[in-house]
Amino acid sequence: MPHVDMLRSPLGRARGLGSARAGSKHWWAQRVTAIALVPLTLWFIWSLLLLTGAAQGDVAAWLGSPFRLALMLSLIAATFHHLQLGMQVVIEDYVHQDMLKLALVLAMKGLCVVLALICAISALTLGLNS
Amino acid sequence: MRDVRDALMMARNSDGKLVRRPLSPHVQVYRWPISMALSIAHRISGVGLGIGTLLLTGWLASAASSEQGFERFQSFLGSVIGLFLLFCWSLALVFHFMSGLRHLWMDMGRGLDEKEYEQTALAVLICTGVLTVLIWLAGLIVW
Repeated sequence: MPHVDMLRSPLGRARGLGSARAGSKHWWAQRVTAIALVPLTLWFIWSLLLLTGAAQGDVAAWLGSPFRLALMLSLIAATFHHLQLGMQVVIEDYVHQDMLKLALVLAMKGLCVVLALICAISALTLGLNS
Repeated sequence: MRDVRDALMMARNSDGKLVRRPLSPHVQVYRWPISMALSIAHRISGVGLGIGTLLLTGWLASAASSEQGFERFQSFLGSVIGLFLLFCWSLALVFHFMSGLRHLWMDMGRGLDEKEYEQTALAVLICTGVLTVLIWLAGLIVW
């Protein structure tokens, strides 16, 4: 008898089914962005409270500081990265039809990239022109 | 047999009699423990916050477009619908934040025994309520 040290059948392997071997990276990235979002979210809520009822000029002046602009861009990056990782898991958990699942994941990721870019470009426009 | 799938659940017992195999209860018949409700709420609030990023995008994009555009968006946020959306967003954010901290704690292998597991779940709910109210009080005072 030859020694077999894997649980997957050769047929399963040949069909390419099973783990894509990228799960731990995905899991870890979800945690890293979550940890980054802890201080960033606290700072953002605090900032929003200070900016309640602010005019456009106030927001621009607020983002005029390089420190705040950097934090804002970090918040945008961490938020949308965390969002697309989480939404991917949700879609993959509930949608079982392969093509629909693929289409939804791609559309969701594309939307996240576009929204993140709109946010980042807006923040940069406000901060750099003030 | 009520269903063809039941055929897979038939077996013979030691007397050779045909019996239906025991089936574990389905998710719908479980009483909802707080930990299970919290786990599902974490996911729902996450999806809600994803939709809520449209508020952030609208806020930043309108501020970058023009003074009038920003004023229009601010007055929308100040309307009844706007305030309702903001309230849902803040509640989801505070809950997802607190529940996320609990998950990070459990990821470190802590707080997994039943008692602590339920205590931290309750703490998440209480903190969410208190913090959301405090944030809105502070916001309304500034406003």
